[in-house]
Amino acid sequence: MTQTSSLHTLARRAGAATPPVVAARVRGLSDRAVAWLFITPTMLLLLAINVFPLIWTIRLSFTNYRANRPNAPLRWVGLENYTSILSDPDVWHAMQTTAHFVVWSITLQVLLGFGLALLINRQFRGHGLWTTVILLPMMLSPAVVGNFWTFLFQPQTGLFNHVVAFVSGRDPSSFQMIGDVTLAPWAIVLVDTWMWTPYVMLICLAGLRSIPDDLYEAAEVDRAGPFRRFWSITLPMVLPFLMLAVLFRGIENFKMFDMVNLLTSGGPGSTTEVASITLKREAFEKWRTGYSSAFAVILFVTVFGLANIYVKVLNGVKQR
Amino acid sequence: MRTPVTLICAAACGLTVMAAQPAMAQSKQLTLCWAAWDPANALVELSKDFTAKSGIGMKFEFVPWTSYADRFLNELNSKGKLCDLIIGDSQWIGGAAENGHYVKLNDFFQREGIRMEDFMPATVTGYSEWPKNTPNYWALPAMGDAIGWTYRKDWFSRPDIKAAFQQKAGRELAPPKTWDELKEVASFFQGREIDGRKVYGAYIYTERGSEGITMGVTNALYAFGFKYEDPKKPYSMQGFVNSADAVKGLEFYKQLYDCCTAPGMTNAYMQEGLDAFKSGQVAMQMNFFAFFPGLYKDPNVGGDKIGFFVNPMQKERGTQLGGQGISVVAYSERRDDALQYIKWFAQPDVQKKWWSLGGYSCHKAVLNDPGFPASAPFAADFLTSMGMVKDFWAEPSYATLLLDMQKRMHDYVIAGQGTAQQALDLLIRDWTKVFKDDGKL
Repeated sequence: MTQTSSLHTLARRAGAATPPVVAARVRGLSDRAVAWLFITPTMLLLLAINVFPLIWTIRLSFTNYRANRPNAPLRWVGLENYTSILSDPDVWHAMQTTAHFVVWSITLQVLLGFGLALLINRQFRGHGLWTTVILLPMMLSPAVVGNFWTFLFQPQTGLFNHVVAFVSGRDPSSFQMIGDVTLAPWAIVLVDTWMWTPYVMLICLAGLRSIPDDLYEAAEVDRAGPFRRFWSITLPMVLPFLMLAVLFRGIENFKMFDMVNLLTSGGPGSTTEVASITLKREAFEKWRTGYSSAFAVILFVTVFGLANIYVKVLNGVKQR
Repeated sequence: MRTPVTLICAAACGLTVMAAQPAMAQSKQLTLCWAAWDPANALVELSKDFTAKSGIGMKFEFVPWTSYADRFLNELNSKGKLCDLIIGDSQWIGGAAENGHYVKLNDFFQREGIRMEDFMPATVTGYSEWPKNTPNYWALPAMGDAIGWTYRKDWFSRPDIKAAFQQKAGRELAPPKTWDELKEVASFFQGREIDGRKVYGAYIYTERGSEGITMGVTNALYAFGFKYEDPKKPYSMQGFVNSADAVKGLEFYKQLYDCCTAPGMTNAYMQEGLDAFKSGQVAMQMNFFAFFPGLYKDPNVGGDKIGFFVNPMQKERGTQLGGQGISVVAYSERRDDALQYIKWFAQPDVQKKWWSLGGYSCHKAVLNDPGFPASAPFAADFLTSMGMVKDFWAEPSYATLLLDMQKRMHDYVIAGQGTAQQALDLLIRDWTKVFKDDGKL
């Protein structure tokens, strides 16, 4: 009773503080109308910065528009941009490169990230320090990472080449990580894995910490061995977290640009030209705005579609 | 009592007006946009004379070469007001003229008595005219430039090295005159130990992201007989871009890359070349003449240790045009002041000082001076090179044409994908599409 009466008092005071003109206006509104009043600015903002550009991009994708020639007549080209993109072998090559990068970097990050999380989850001396050290790479800017790995990969002076040479006994300048057609796709996977494994580790760690201890205690009572405990308790309990990490990294790596651009510029040749680099070149170097809009729509639909399917699978896993 | 007060007020007002005068002069300010490199520093120095004479302050916006085109073409396309004057690349002229980014200068030139005949013809065609070979001027030739070569004169003159080369090649070691000779010399130096250090044959352009490999490979292509189009039928490229000679030229560039460059030079342009040469890594370096004054002054590899030579010939002579013209940006709010700068810059005396500071003048008063060839160790080679320059397409779609060539050349030369014939055939396919989109085919 006391609480209810104090709430009434507060409401009365708030009402008294509201200017009479405003109060008169608001008093006549329904709850639904007040709700709309509050969410309308946010919705307008979202429409302006998200939905409108998307619709505008879709519209441009059916035209021959070039942003560097605003005075040129705009021509409706129908599906020409889409057919041109989907029948271009260079675009398919970029998509394959992207797929290689996404699949391998995520596979390695999940394996290493989960492994590190299992190790860090145990209490040992220097635990805090090691956690911080492992987390350092993901705190760096991708542009910085791209730049300094370029130096590390230098065949004559790069630390990476010298370390490999020391271990393998080869000449450091006998191989080029970012200049060799075979090695360059792995170089970008390696750098991305170095940078983002800690992120996957953090998410896995959150999953591991959320497992109740009594599950393990019950398993021990049942005389379950370490592998059995891992297989039947740890993995299923961490799996939703792991899948969430895969979703985040998948979306992020599908549109990866900065690190790869600074590391290899898409080269040698077009060996590491991922889809986002192709898109940037078409949109802001060749200025084929209509064509690149169509490409952006295709990429958006691909990511959105795959992410939706994945989220459904993820929900299924959670419910199990 | 009133008189002293009035006097004090008058004196104070006078002082205020006097103090305001320099401030007013400084409030007139022009922004000049260019690339961040040695000649830009020379221009800063030169422009102090303009400020002293006109009272107009100069502000400079210099951007590294690798992002120069991106940055300033975006600025022009978005009708930005950052630059009043721009020293834009030669290939931009078509797009900048047709899209209205530059002010047409014909009337201004006529009014001020600036004659294009006073400038070297190749630079007028390359930097000022659009359409090419028509008297429509959009820029004043500002910075003449072309690709040339530097070599380690001290290594070339060492008796032990000379003897070894004589024994290997059966001729005297000298700056190469043909591409075959260049490859022979480069392969001689490749991996050789000099003063306890392993050195490499040649530095050539291989950069992928902007224009590097195109600016490099064209030097071999021109010398072997590559043509952009049929001289009798514009935009007809079949048999010219992919002629047997062009294929040989491209194959040669790849062979040179494979045999005689330092490891890791897979994405290298001007700065990497300078670094390689200055650090004593390479015997010969391809680069723009604009860098040669700085290299000549270098304490480690300059002076007596450096020599220069023009781009070697093979079937014919040709070298890639560099350099730029200076234009007034159409969106500038200080157009008259910008034109005043161009008028000042076009004067023969200013052009002479420009050359003396390290800029490459295109004015005949400088270049035709009998003392010019001897005025710097690279001056004669510069003059020769400017007589044999060829330029990339300067069409409004130049950026697309350039990126297509970057891709095809890098795919073949660096990544080793396909053959030279396939690379050039694909290039024709790409370029044909561009010209069709532009309604030129």
